[in-house]
Amino acid sequence: MKTLVLVEHDNAKLSDATLPVVTAAGKLGEVHLLVAGHNCGAVAEAAAKIAGVAKVLVADDAAYAHGLAENVAPLVAQLMGDYDAFLAPATTSGKNIAPRVAAQLDVMQISEILSVEGPKTFTRPIYAGNAIATVESSDPKLVITVRGTAFEKAAAEGGSAPIEAVTGPGDAGTSSFVGSEIAKSERPELTSAKVIVSGGRALKDAETFAAVITPLADKLGAAIGASRAAVDAGYVPNDYQVGQTGKIVAPEVYFAIGISGAIQHLAGMKDSKVIIAINKDEDAPIFQVADIGLVADLYQAVPELTAAL
Amino acid sequence: MKILVPVKRVIDYNVKPRVKADGSGVDLANVKMSMNPFDEIAVEEAIRLKEKGKASEIVAVSIGPAKAQETLRTALAMGADRAILVQTPDEVGAEVEPLAVAKILKAIADEEQPGLIILGKQSISDDSNQTGQMLAALMGRPQGTFANTVEVEGDHVIVKREVDGGLQTVKLALPAIVTTDLRLNEPRYASLPNIMKAKQKPLATKTPADYGVDITPRLTTLKVSEPPVRQAGIKVADVAELVEKVKALGIA
Ligand SMILES: Cc1cc2nc3c(=O)[nH]c(=O)nc-3n(C[C@H](O)[C@H](O)[C@H](O)COP(=O)(O)OP(=O)(O)OC[C@H]3O[C@@H](n4cnc5c(N)ncnc54)[C@H](O)[C@@H]3O)c2cc1C
Ligand SMILES: Cc1cc2nc3c(=O)[nH]c(=O)nc-3n(C[C@H](O)[C@H](O)[C@H](O)COP(=O)(O)OP(=O)(O)OC[C@H]3O[C@@H](n4cnc5c(N)ncnc54)[C@H](O)[C@@H]3O)c2cc1C
Repeated sequence: MKTLVLVEHDNAKLSDATLPVVTAAGKLGEVHLLVAGHNCGAVAEAAAKIAGVAKVLVADDAAYAHGLAENVAPLVAQLMGDYDAFLAPATTSGKNIAPRVAAQLDVMQISEILSVEGPKTFTRPIYAGNAIATVESSDPKLVITVRGTAFEKAAAEGGSAPIEAVTGPGDAGTSSFVGSEIAKSERPELTSAKVIVSGGRALKDAETFAAVITPLADKLGAAIGASRAAVDAGYVPNDYQVGQTGKIVAPEVYFAIGISGAIQHLAGMKDSKVIIAINKDEDAPIFQVADIGLVADLYQAVPELTAAL
Repeated sequence: MKILVPVKRVIDYNVKPRVKADGSGVDLANVKMSMNPFDEIAVEEAIRLKEKGKASEIVAVSIGPAKAQETLRTALAMGADRAILVQTPDEVGAEVEPLAVAKILKAIADEEQPGLIILGKQSISDDSNQTGQMLAALMGRPQGTFANTVEVEGDHVIVKREVDGGLQTVKLALPAIVTTDLRLNEPRYASLPNIMKAKQKPLATKTPADYGVDITPRLTTLKVSEPPVRQAGIKVADVAELVEKVKALGIA
């Protein structure tokens, strides 16, 4: 089987989100990567070094600069003449593009796979991870998004794949990029962090959240996450949300502070290796999944913990 | 401008889904069902655009069993003008896949010629997150997925999208497809008088065959199982003990 993997990047840097997808694709067959972007040569070079990659295709065109699905999907669909499977990370950009490719190819996409069980058989979570479905595709080609936390990352170094330029239909002329507000942060990314400190509704407001959660995260070199309630209330930006409808994370250690443990939140973090919960309500559902629980007022406990570490 | 809003009947988000003992699926018998929360947000957004004078009519569509009528009545009670039910066989598990849903929606869009189609970004049952993007591809129209704000300006719509690093703004030529994220708006509750009035609003019933769409699934569910359950761990007595445990993890 020949597989094509969509590389996630910002034209300058290859995102780690690509690496588990390479691993998943490798279970199906030969792995080729597609870098669609503009002035993205450095990304292609990095892609060629990923272990296990046989070839890197680069489509360098202003139309692909911002990853607009209207422009990228037709490019992928055209390339898919030579491939049996298309795989993308289950990131907001992968989720935006892959279904569009699937519809163009008239195949049913398999979303957020957790494992490869056979050439056409996969497991995927449904109902916020409360059930795992094993599904088999009857389509001639596969279109798949991959849950990053479910596969090991392929080694970023060690490969030396040839790089080949390709061209696509270019600008579909129906959409344009206006701007973006992407926070620059020195912190590790949520989806690849080893340690995450998350806060919930109990944190009251943005200032309190920053005063209580940030110092602990700084001490641990951790990424910061949040429940939907904390995001909705404006304590932190939307891309901090962990959960069924936010980011799916599986760090070594996850701190849930002032978070009750609603199923939608658990769906995003219950595969963490160690879960530590601090909550003043001893019956909070978060304690049913926590490895280490502390029943306490977070306003006392967290500063004390931060100071002692 | 007409707005089309597809709405799906799903398990209520407060219900904890249980996998059937025979592994054939999730037990939906006698379980509370509601409108998919993202679709409530989609209906609300359509109503707000109508209230602002940007839209003239709102048509709600559902593809599902006869009971999906209830979901459509909810949309009508919120403020949609009329509804179309594309009725599928009743047996549980015979839900229609996103690709087939998108094909039916495309056929309806061809008839209705909406300027905007607003869908939920994902249903909380199957969590596929596909239908809107597939519909956009089939129609050859642009898509504003995971919308945080939507502004219609002349023959364009400006959509601010929730993306991994933050927010991205795109400008799309109408007709366009939008999928809703959580923070687009807070949906209203239908008032009792409006619930009564909704009973009089037109609801047409069709079948997939009326639109010439084959809904035979492409994916076969071989089995559905419970995920591994996490066991509750220990409770520590105080911060000092927590500090010890955290240090033992080797992260501090
Ligand atoms: C369609 C849909 C999608 C959703 N998606 C997500 C999602 O992706 N992610 C997500 O997180 N949620 C999601 N939710 C929301 C979810 O259902 C919960 O409402 C949310 O997770 C609750 O956030 P919370 O735990 O911060 O708040 P609460 O449930 O209000 O919990 C606050 C907790 O803080 C504790 N507390 C209060 N004060 C203190 C104190 N001083 N010290 C210690 N503890 C204290 C309380 O005991 C309580 O347990 C979704 C909901 C819907 C309907
Ligand atoms: C336990 C289980 C067993 C299953 N077994 C089978 C099976 O045996 N056979 C089979 O064919 N499929 C089966 N499925 C697949 C499944 O029913 C559909 O693929 C899935 O429900 C549709 O995906 P989604 O709603 O998550 O789409 P999404 O793409 O997540 O939906 C996004 C949005 O599209 C719109 N939308 C989606 N569907 C509709 C609709 N019907 N009407 C109106 N608007 C809609 C809504 O606005 C919604 O918010 C099974 C699923 C589960 C969970």
